Amino acid sequence: MTELADPPLLSARGLVRAFGALQVLRGVTLDVRPGELLAVAGPNGAGKTTLLRLLAGLMRPSAGEVLIRGQRLTRDDPEPRRAIGLLSHHTFLYDDLTAAENLLFAAKLYGLRDGAAATRAALEEVGLSARANTPVRHLSRGLLQRAAIARALLHQPDILLLDEPFTGLDAPSADRFRTVLASQLARGRALILVSHHLAEAWELATHVAVLAGGRWALEGKRPADLTAFHARYAELVHG
Amino acid sequence: MAEFLRLAFAIAGKDIRLELRSRTALLSAIVFSALVLVVFNFARDPTAIAAVDLAPSVLWVTFAFGAVIALNRAFYVERENAALDGILLAPVPRSALYVGKLLANLAFVGVVEAVALPLFVLFFNVSIGHALPGILGVTALATIGFVSVGTIFSAMVVRTRFAELMLPVLLLPFMVPPLVGAVQVTSKLLAGRPLSEMVGWLRLLTLYDIGFVTLCILVFPAVVDE
Amino acid sequence: MTPELLAASRIVRRGQVLTILGLLAATAVYVIALCYTPMEMRQGLAQKIFYVHAPAAWGALVAFAVVGIVSILYLWLHDERLDLFAASSAEVGIAFSLVMLTTGPIWGKTVWGTWWTWDARLTLTLFLFFLFIGYLALRAAVQDRGERARFSAVVGIMGLVLVPFIHLSVYLFRTLHPQPVLLKPSAPSMPPEMLRALLSGMAAFTILYIGFVVLRYGLARLENLREGAGDAL
Repeated sequence: MTELADPPLLSARGLVRAFGALQVLRGVTLDVRPGELLAVAGPNGAGKTTLLRLLAGLMRPSAGEVLIRGQRLTRDDPEPRRAIGLLSHHTFLYDDLTAAENLLFAAKLYGLRDGAAATRAALEEVGLSARANTPVRHLSRGLLQRAAIARALLHQPDILLLDEPFTGLDAPSADRFRTVLASQLARGRALILVSHHLAEAWELATHVAVLAGGRWALEGKRPADLTAFHARYAELVHG
Repeated sequence: MAEFLRLAFAIAGKDIRLELRSRTALLSAIVFSALVLVVFNFARDPTAIAAVDLAPSVLWVTFAFGAVIALNRAFYVERENAALDGILLAPVPRSALYVGKLLANLAFVGVVEAVALPLFVLFFNVSIGHALPGILGVTALATIGFVSVGTIFSAMVVRTRFAELMLPVLLLPFMVPPLVGAVQVTSKLLAGRPLSEMVGWLRLLTLYDIGFVTLCILVFPAVVDE
Repeated sequence: MTPELLAASRIVRRGQVLTILGLLAATAVYVIALCYTPMEMRQGLAQKIFYVHAPAAWGALVAFAVVGIVSILYLWLHDERLDLFAASSAEVGIAFSLVMLTTGPIWGKTVWGTWWTWDARLTLTLFLFFLFIGYLALRAAVQDRGERARFSAVVGIMGLVLVPFIHLSVYLFRTLHPQPVLLKPSAPSMPPEMLRALLSGMAAFTILYIGFVVLRYGLARLENLREGAGDAL
């Protein structure tokens, strides 16, 4: 593979995270480039959520660094965060505000020039325009998920981090979501998706990695055969 | 700087909008302050102590209690759906988050005080007209003092067990210098004393405000960043 | 034995030695205080409590300053051991302030007939006591170790900055409300034997403070290792 002139969109070098004596991550390195989707699997407690929080800048590594386009992610400089979007178990939404109000607030946080336009576009993209003025408290689970996606994508982040995004989605919603992910990839975004159910994102993934015991047990291009991979995964994790 | 203020105002604005929607914390604080005033009224013997002697202490204890009730809400709203993470993810300097929360808290405590003051005048029959500008001034000074410390402590205690109990336990020692200063100045204002007698206290209050707002801005990142 | 276990045990042993030294020194000071210092004219035997009261106040103040300074170091260096040290100092500090706050009223009631006065030193120590309580209560209420360390450090630093303001408040209060002048044995007009006993008392309590803190710190390190082993299981 030729050396690319530009640094990868997102890099991690030797990420270590310890909680007291407990080492959750023991040295994780990764690179993600535009148009790539890295699917991360691993048993519970492997450190997947911790990894995402470190990459999102929500947690400081005990050792190692995170680089956004070659620039170190530190606590003091907020700018690199502009490129990151996170979709986690929590929606980051205020129950007493409407979906539109929540998005307008997020637009202000990201300093978007035309917050109203960005809000309209994001709501449109997830199909939430009709219920934009309902307090989030009254939205169904499916619509709540859409509102969370809208918030994550609002500022057009170049890097999207997704923590178990298919949890609780019915088949049509999952399909809709996959379409959203595909369009993000087509726009040259870099995605990291953590999931227990690799089948959900298998076709979209360009790379796959398995996190076990705080380290990569396996990493590389996404193989064609999911069944064979499942077998290998079972071996790595339970063998 | 402009960006910093824009973000702080955006956060404060969001908090105010949220509180106007649910109104629970504000109403509780206002009702609580009114109750405190009523209790004080029945607790004193009007023939033994003149209202005007007791007035400053009663007023400021009321303000202090009301403030502690109102302060608890600041970071409570950020717990639902991990909303705080949503703010921390964004390119928002942590100091802007602190200042935004501080401004929102000042607004809330200000409203509680604005309701408690006329009630106080009503219940205690104390004439404060001549001293009103001064009282408003010292109220602003002292309130900034304990709300600045209260804001950062509420960020901490919201994640603990017994949050409503921890906040007063931590905060009360820090409320003493602004309270003492406020009571002294209020008392002198009501008695029509010259400004020269209050200068020392006003200097204390101002120094406290500058010192603690600065310190809180400096240490706030340690509270919210993991 | 792992190296950390060995290091922690060594610290505990050192702490024990220093504590015993401190206790011996303190005992020596009290023997001197009881037998070899002159009897104070107006207060009589009760005045001797001063030789516990003042050093205890000194110990509490030192403990508090250490908590504040080590808290600043923790926020800068993020070394967990600094947090354990600050917490140990706080525990010792609260004990010393309790000694000061109980001997004060006993002395006051016996000699002057009042349990409490709002003089500068008693008031300040009372505040230190409340700050220590807040600090330790917060530590007890936070489960996550990293969070606990960060929050404690913030409270420690803020407490340190508060102290001059308390001092200033008391000073302003007293200049405006002159209180009856209480006999202050710590005034320079103390006979040399008293001064010597007082200074020896301060020195003995300082050794005792260091001994207690090192001992408590060593135990905290051991506790930490045990918790860590539990986490890793």
